[in-house]
Amino acid sequence: MCLAIPSKIVKIENNMGIIDVDGVQRQASLLLLEDPKVGEYVIVHAGFAIKKIDEEAAMETLKVLREALAFAEKSEPAG
Amino acid sequence: MKTDRILLDHGSGGKISHSLTLDIMLPVFDNPMLSKLNDGAILNIGGKKFAFSTDTYVVDPIFFPGGNIGELAIYGTVNDIAMCGGTPLYLSAGLVIEEGFPISDLKKIIKSMGAAAAKAGVKVVTGDTKVVPKGAADKIFINTSGIGPIPDDIDVGCEKAVPGDIIILSGTIADHGITVLTQREGMTFTSSVKSDTAPLNHMVEKIFSSSKNIHVLRDPTRGGVGTSLNEIAEKSNCGIKIYENKIPVKNEVKGICELLGFDPLYIANEGKLLAFVSPEDAGKVLSAVRKDEFGNEACIIGEVVPGHPGKVFLETGIGGTRMVDMLTGEQLPRIC
Amino acid sequence: MTIKHADEYRDPEISRKIVEQINNLSKKKIRLMEVCGTHTMSIFRNGIRKLIPDTISLLSGPGCPVCVTAQNEIDAFIEISGKPDTIITTFGDLMRVPGTGSSLQKERAKGKDIRIIYSTFDAIEIARKNPDKRVIFLGVGFETTAPTVAASILSARDMKIDNYFVYSAHKTVPRALFALMKTEGIKIDGFILPGHVSVIIGTGAYLPFFNRFKMPCVVAGFEPSDILQAILMLAEQIENKSPELKNAYTRAVSFKGNEKAIRIMNDVFEQADVAWRGIGVIPGSGLKIRDEFSNFDAGKKFEIISKDSKEPKGCACGEILTGLKTPVECPLYKKICTPVEPVGPCMVSSEGTCAAYYKYHNGD
Repeated sequence: MCLAIPSKIVKIENNMGIIDVDGVQRQASLLLLEDPKVGEYVIVHAGFAIKKIDEEAAMETLKVLREALAFAEKSEPAG
Repeated sequence: MKTDRILLDHGSGGKISHSLTLDIMLPVFDNPMLSKLNDGAILNIGGKKFAFSTDTYVVDPIFFPGGNIGELAIYGTVNDIAMCGGTPLYLSAGLVIEEGFPISDLKKIIKSMGAAAAKAGVKVVTGDTKVVPKGAADKIFINTSGIGPIPDDIDVGCEKAVPGDIIILSGTIADHGITVLTQREGMTFTSSVKSDTAPLNHMVEKIFSSSKNIHVLRDPTRGGVGTSLNEIAEKSNCGIKIYENKIPVKNEVKGICELLGFDPLYIANEGKLLAFVSPEDAGKVLSAVRKDEFGNEACIIGEVVPGHPGKVFLETGIGGTRMVDMLTGEQLPRIC
Repeated sequence: MTIKHADEYRDPEISRKIVEQINNLSKKKIRLMEVCGTHTMSIFRNGIRKLIPDTISLLSGPGCPVCVTAQNEIDAFIEISGKPDTIITTFGDLMRVPGTGSSLQKERAKGKDIRIIYSTFDAIEIARKNPDKRVIFLGVGFETTAPTVAASILSARDMKIDNYFVYSAHKTVPRALFALMKTEGIKIDGFILPGHVSVIIGTGAYLPFFNRFKMPCVVAGFEPSDILQAILMLAEQIENKSPELKNAYTRAVSFKGNEKAIRIMNDVFEQADVAWRGIGVIPGSGLKIRDEFSNFDAGKKFEIISKDSKEPKGCACGEILTGLKTPVECPLYKKICTPVEPVGPCMVSSEGTCAAYYKYHNGD
């Protein structure tokens, strides 16, 4: 099963990170990441961080989704 | 299930446990009080109604954030009696202790059983202690049974839900199950989640003084809210609709559930109840529940609907619909 | 309080608007396959099938790792659990999968030491604490899991742990897509490509497949608006007859993927021809442990000889995994095969199509 929720790196020690989702903290290996940093959001799979979230891309996606929402609301009465 | 041995699934409180009761226990002990398969039996002694219930506690670890096995054993039985509409009065306690168990831990457990009994307003009036060789039991197991009279004008049961009933939940779900799970070996979570272990009998008193139109009371322990609602839908032969957005789950609990792929609807609670109430009294009952110290996050989570007998539906957060089935077996953490 | 990078994509208003767009756009009857089991789960849990128009059918593909694991591999797992002085470690999903005569869960009830773990590091830790036991990890999963298993083997080597072994039944996704397209009777108009497999391998890994078949393909995340957005993009491509390979999960998936993870995976594993349940042998679609690491290879170490196991009789898991049938069309579904007494793996794994249907589908 894949884990949809990204976690935030709050501490790094020898390739192990403490990662946090809404106050729940656990360990994850950072071995599969290049240059992980505290404060970055990562996708975690089976105890390993496998990817950093691309903040710029996330903003872009949300912008597109919200624009679609705003546009749809303007063009028709809410139902 | 085609297996010649007991699996952990048989103790999960879901479908597989259910089949054990139906296939092995019920045919032997069959009687009208047992066959209702409610949280406790309702007895008629000398023209008066009594609720009688028993439960065995094997929780591991025995001490966990928010409680311990002793407190749980008192409140669990108190709550089972309360869910039958009874006023819990007297409890028995049976202990099975593993050789080598620290006496200091036993003292701690017994002390908190005493405090719990005082809080719930019940007395432990009889008991028994057995010690078994090391390895023959895991630390300590506790059985409690209890009895309490049911006032004449109270008549609740899992088979009494009717279309139109409003479903009230007394607070956040999955706290106990997730707390215990995160304490187990191999789980490396740190969080501030706590068990919700609590006595519900005072809340039930408040409910009954606010309304006489209570049809079902149920504490969704093993198997969680999802399994309890299925049992009610099945026994009452009615359909149930609940709303994902209205079911309160603490953020941390939600987080852990997502991390493990668990559905909070199937996780155990030890201090929550579901009340099915006639719609005209829903507001009164909700405010009565909220006045109790363990019910201030109570809310309405759904209703009994016409048609769809035995089925539970959930309107999802984004407005879709899905079925909520009974839990099948022990929820296993999924990774891939 | 909201969970960042998750709750934003669960906004019911945004979902509703995407559904409206899909409704306005979708004319043709189309069949989309979600390849990944977590997508299947999310689609059911969020009730997405009920939200989208009747013109769009969603099929679940071969993306639940446990479900596509061949029967002889399941039997091999059970056989390994019977070896002396052995601790089996596995992710939870495998426990209930019925082999020919037993399951890991039933073996555990008989007293075998079988432990559910959450990460391969837990297995290494168990190996370190039990130097007199052989600790075997049952490796099932796709490209998302394989690098984590590879990393555990590299760590075990560095830590000089010599009682840790992996039985590798890992599989890779793009080659399965090729095989799927060649399955007789297949009828798919577009693919929702997996989210986290793509995190590792990148969208670029699907280019050969896309170039060969010109199928509409969109990589999707797991939140409701991610999936709905991917459905919208696929419907658009199909209506406009302009197939493309697109990425609707840019916050996590890039063109090249996670190059470090790919490197670690390739250091430890090499391609192998392996059998998938319901599809058969797909050339180059498996990952076996390279000779250099054969000391960690449970298959070699314990001389597990793959038996010629038969898939359960009457079970339509194979056809369900390839989208040829839906669970309700399987003669065993709900009658003989239930989550309590599963016949095939699609009913066992919580991500299996049959289990999802059983749990969430009300039969209409």
